Amino acid sequence: MQAFLDIFDIYLLEAVINGILLGGVLALLALGLNLIFGVIDVTWICYAELVMIGMYGMYYLVQVFGLPYWAAAPLVILLVAAMGAALHYLVIAPLLTAPPINQLLATGGVLFILQSFATVAFGIDFRNLGIRLPVLVLGDMNFSYARLLSFAAALFGMVAVYLFMTRTFTGTAIRAISQDRQIMPLMGVDTRRIYLITSALGGALAGLAACLLVLQYDVHPFVGLSFGPITFLICVLGGLGNFFGGFIASFVFAEIISLGGLFSDLEWGYVLAFAFFIVMMFIRPAGLLARRR
Amino acid sequence: MKTSHAVYIAALAAASALPFVYRDPYHLHLLVLILIWSFAYTSWSIMGRFGLVSLGHGGFMGVGAYVTALLWNHLGVSPWIGIPLAMATAGLLAIVVGYPCFRFRITGHYFVLVTLALSGIVLQVITATRDYTGGSLGYTPNRTKGSQLLALQFDDKVTWYFIALFIWLLGLLVWRAIDRSMARHAMEAISEDEDAAAAAGVNVTAEKLKITVLSALMTALAGALYCQYQMFISPDTVSGISVSLQMVFAAIVGGLYVSLGPTVGAIITILLAETLRIGFGTNAVGWDNLVYGVLLVLFIIFLPQGILGSLTARLKRPTLKSARLKPQR
Repeated sequence: MQAFLDIFDIYLLEAVINGILLGGVLALLALGLNLIFGVIDVTWICYAELVMIGMYGMYYLVQVFGLPYWAAAPLVILLVAAMGAALHYLVIAPLLTAPPINQLLATGGVLFILQSFATVAFGIDFRNLGIRLPVLVLGDMNFSYARLLSFAAALFGMVAVYLFMTRTFTGTAIRAISQDRQIMPLMGVDTRRIYLITSALGGALAGLAACLLVLQYDVHPFVGLSFGPITFLICVLGGLGNFFGGFIASFVFAEIISLGGLFSDLEWGYVLAFAFFIVMMFIRPAGLLARRR
Repeated sequence: MKTSHAVYIAALAAASALPFVYRDPYHLHLLVLILIWSFAYTSWSIMGRFGLVSLGHGGFMGVGAYVTALLWNHLGVSPWIGIPLAMATAGLLAIVVGYPCFRFRITGHYFVLVTLALSGIVLQVITATRDYTGGSLGYTPNRTKGSQLLALQFDDKVTWYFIALFIWLLGLLVWRAIDRSMARHAMEAISEDEDAAAAAGVNVTAEKLKITVLSALMTALAGALYCQYQMFISPDTVSGISVSLQMVFAAIVGGLYVSLGPTVGAIITILLAETLRIGFGTNAVGWDNLVYGVLLVLFIIFLPQGILGSLTARLKRPTLKSARLKPQR
């Protein structure tokens, strides 16, 4: 009996740590979505689909063109950043003055387009990079290097964005726009340029997430659906546009998914996360970090 | 007034007579699909027109279809009882998700994302319980050995045509009833300004919840009927985000502020999807959805009022003028 308890605790600890590692990537996704929302006041429903295209980009560069992983990753980040900018230029910019719901639905249309484009171009087979990273054994616990690497890279990405936002002129302009949309153009900031840069940055974060997720998961045209909804929940729970709230919420959700998955299938972890979300809405309706009025 | 009644009755008579004159099974099949989906789109629009944009209706539809089919296959419960149970389940789900949203003023983007997650989660549950639901491979209600009426399974397309026609009319009647009720004024006030509406004595939470639950019930009914008609459901065809988006798009293409808008949307989107499907053939899976998606984005950018909405807006101006010129009676 004692032996059983020991093993159980080890599994629990392993799940907790894996949850933290998963939280890093989720936080990266949430950061990208929050950035777009906070600055442009638009929600990209197709955000997870951009990640999916990025994952395919990694697959083709590494498996088909034989590039090494570290050379393919920057290319994919650039590709998805360009897609983010194109999405803004082609779809969002014409709709900036339209009712917000139309902007949201237009990106929903882009979700359709990206999914079916992937189906047409890449087929519906599951693909993977074929890179098997070793497993770190720590005591009785196993952690895959893929997850550790993702976590580290996600943290690095977030710190880079933080530095960009606080230390550069463009970053300051972005933050200023998110605070007051009307005044900044009068101060001589070109909002169109800032919006494009922000979209590209959001795309780059999606690209980075794609490079990391493709290490752990197979890619198929509908892979976006398995982490898209959870990203939206995280952003709402953290408070849309609230970077720090999204960061905290990512880890809370990742733990729920990871621990829920320990006791049952991964899908039930998602269901548990949703139930938790509904309960949290009663307790903290304006997001995790909102001050009580 | 009288002439419009006569037009309605004539249209209804023509619609009822149609299957006796014209019996091409493929075209009847398309008509049935259009009528059932029109009902679903109408159900979405009764809340969508008040700015309550839900992307969770794929979830409600999935609940309607799967609960009915599961009850029939596993417990032998007739759809006549199963469908009300499925609708009740969807209604309950709408309350569980809707109440906190409305109570705590979760509106706009937030509401859309919460409901979007709801349809994603329903899809996950259907996939997770694959031992019962068949997961992503889909699910087929058992063919009946006994009474077709009891099992609500008919091989005859004409019977289904009448069921679908009836349900479509029901949807329009609900729309009309709401259009003429106090709830409409309350909801319009809420969609303009929630605080002002509340100050004027409108119970914001209750009004929103009422319309949401009604919409969820109707959507679940549409899902159950779709399941009974097709005799095959899969998570992708009756639940999930793509179905939710499909509903919103059809309503927008048709025009969601006009009672027949969702129907026009259903006609256009289903005919479009079928044409693309046949045009591209079976070896080019995905091309149809690609063209579909591009058209939808173009629609939202260039014709946000919808086809019927823009048409009526354009037609209304001259008729208003002529009405003003008429001598007052």
